[in-house]
Amino acid sequence: MPGEAPPGAEPVRLAPVAPAISTSSLTKRYGDRLALDGLDLEVPRGLVFGFLGPNGAGKTTAVKLLLGLARPTGGEGRVLGAPLGDRPIRSKVGYLPELFRYQGWLSAREALVLHCQLAGLPQHQVRDEVERGLEVVGLEGRGDDQVATFSKGMQQRLGLAVALLGTPELVILDEPTSALDPVGRHDVREIIRKLRADGVTVFLNSHFLSEVELVCDRVALVDRGKVVAQGGLAELLEGGGPRVRCTGLTVSALDRLGELRTDGDWVWVEGLDSSRTPDLVEALVGVGARVHQVEEGRRSLEERFLQLLERP
Amino acid sequence: MSPILVIARLTARELLRRRLVHALLLLTVLVIGLTGWGFSRIPHLHLGGELLTPALAHLAAAQLLLLVMFMFSFVVGLTAAFLAAPAVAGDLESGIALAVLARPISRAQFLLGRWLGLAVPLLAYVALSASVEFLLVAVAAGYSPPNPVGAEAALGAEGLVLLSLTLLLSTRLSAMTAGVVTVVVFGAMWVAGVAGAFGQAFHNTSIAAVGDVSHLLVPSDGLWRAAIFAIQPRVFASASLSRVGSPFSASSGPSVAYLAFVAAWLLFVVGMGIVSLDRREI
Ligand SMILES: Nc1ncnc2c1ncn2[C@@H]1O[C@H](COP(=O)(O)OP(=O)(O)OP(=O)(O)O)[C@@H](O)[C@H]1O
Ligand SMILES: [Mg+2]
Repeated sequence: MPGEAPPGAEPVRLAPVAPAISTSSLTKRYGDRLALDGLDLEVPRGLVFGFLGPNGAGKTTAVKLLLGLARPTGGEGRVLGAPLGDRPIRSKVGYLPELFRYQGWLSAREALVLHCQLAGLPQHQVRDEVERGLEVVGLEGRGDDQVATFSKGMQQRLGLAVALLGTPELVILDEPTSALDPVGRHDVREIIRKLRADGVTVFLNSHFLSEVELVCDRVALVDRGKVVAQGGLAELLEGGGPRVRCTGLTVSALDRLGELRTDGDWVWVEGLDSSRTPDLVEALVGVGARVHQVEEGRRSLEERFLQLLERP
Repeated sequence: MSPILVIARLTARELLRRRLVHALLLLTVLVIGLTGWGFSRIPHLHLGGELLTPALAHLAAAQLLLLVMFMFSFVVGLTAAFLAAPAVAGDLESGIALAVLARPISRAQFLLGRWLGLAVPLLAYVALSASVEFLLVAVAAGYSPPNPVGAEAALGAEGLVLLSLTLLLSTRLSAMTAGVVTVVVFGAMWVAGVAGAFGQAFHNTSIAAVGDVSHLLVPSDGLWRAAIFAIQPRVFASASLSRVGSPFSASSGPSVAYLAFVAAWLLFVVGMGIVSLDRREI
């Protein structure tokens, strides 16, 4: 909470206790257009937070305010405990803009080196960091090619690598998969899960609701600059078909029940009635899987999204 | 490395990578070569069936050099405008600035980095090409300007004036608009300067004031006149030539106060650029 900071204290030292992001009545007005209308948001550390909403809802505006790229016209906010616009804190924040553009005349490797330098990474770490970045996003082997020669998806992958440089405590991804193929989207989900495992907070703007559903712990839904729903994914999505979280699954298809779908540790059968949950669990155990969790009644986020946005 | 230096290096490297430096140097070598050939012909010119006297050849070489340097001053001014116009506006338009300015770098550091990364190559270009030209004229036609270093400094400062003005404009206007506005202002200041010189020659205070105001508004022409004074033979200053307000002669060099004013002007404009970029939404 902003109130916890004693006056004059170094915000960076407060970082471990402060939430990753907190805003209160954050407002942005462009002329007479209210892009963000009193946003109240609290993103705890270490979570993957989904920020959803229709086009023009104010998602990108919120991100720009958080990063100090635009100034709020009202309200306030803190990022990793520091007030909006604080400069040093940005060395701990990674950002992939919605409009991902990097100097076309640089090679991918040079663009990454540039961002390492701008982020203030020590010189001796730069080389390893750059190679790691290229590898994580699957651009190894293309590091010496000019950014201008990259396909759109490759440029977005580069943007992701840029956002992950160093050891950010918060990574803000504004529609990170808008230009990616299905494999790329899957890779991004894996990258996000890895970030969460490392304790990094991820703030994810996305239109791909299935993707949000698969990786986010909490979501907020914004519409016309206001949060219309906020909470854990489970709370938000009651009602639907059963899903099972299990490990040790070696057989990938259980024909008896239908086509098996997986994502991470979650397994489900498309269209399975919830009365058959025990059959699904039995079948999974039967092929040697270790079942950790069964979730009843999840609706798809898309259904919920459309329901929440239903306009009178 | 300080963020200013990171941006400055990036900027200078872009000039190299985009082959701008190559193109400019190649063309400059070509032009210097051609003018060198022209200058070497002056001592062989005939006037009324006779060779030019050494004194006349000397004056002809000085006049021709002023003309060449006039063109060079335009090249410097246009180069400064074209380099600086996209340096900030381009990144803002393309979205490159989103990723860069989300890093722990202030807008002031970004702008100063851009300024430095353009100013250093520009000054190096001015010093190098003007020195070569002066040397060539000295060898080919035997004329050396009285104050070559002063001339280079004035031309370099003129470049910085236009560079800083364009950078300021490009924090708010599109690259194209910022470049065009600077070029128009540059031309207008030159015309106003010429008008002012006529005003002075004919003792018309209101026309003379046009020149003075223009030299204070944007000191590009004021510096060009300082360069003229440093290039022309000393006799020009007192000769009837400057009395009639020729655009290619100056009656006096710049005062120390004027040079201090130019320095303050540069600081002010760069400072305005910083404030303007700082207030801007990205
Ligand atoms: N620079 C600007 N000037 C004027 N209006 C703006 C500006 N940026 C955003 N807006 C307006 O603010 C509102 C929110 O825009 P924003 O980009 O935040 O939407 P978004 O939720 O990110 O949408 P999308 O899903 O399409 O990316 C829109 O109505 C938009 O027109
Ligand atoms: Mg957006």
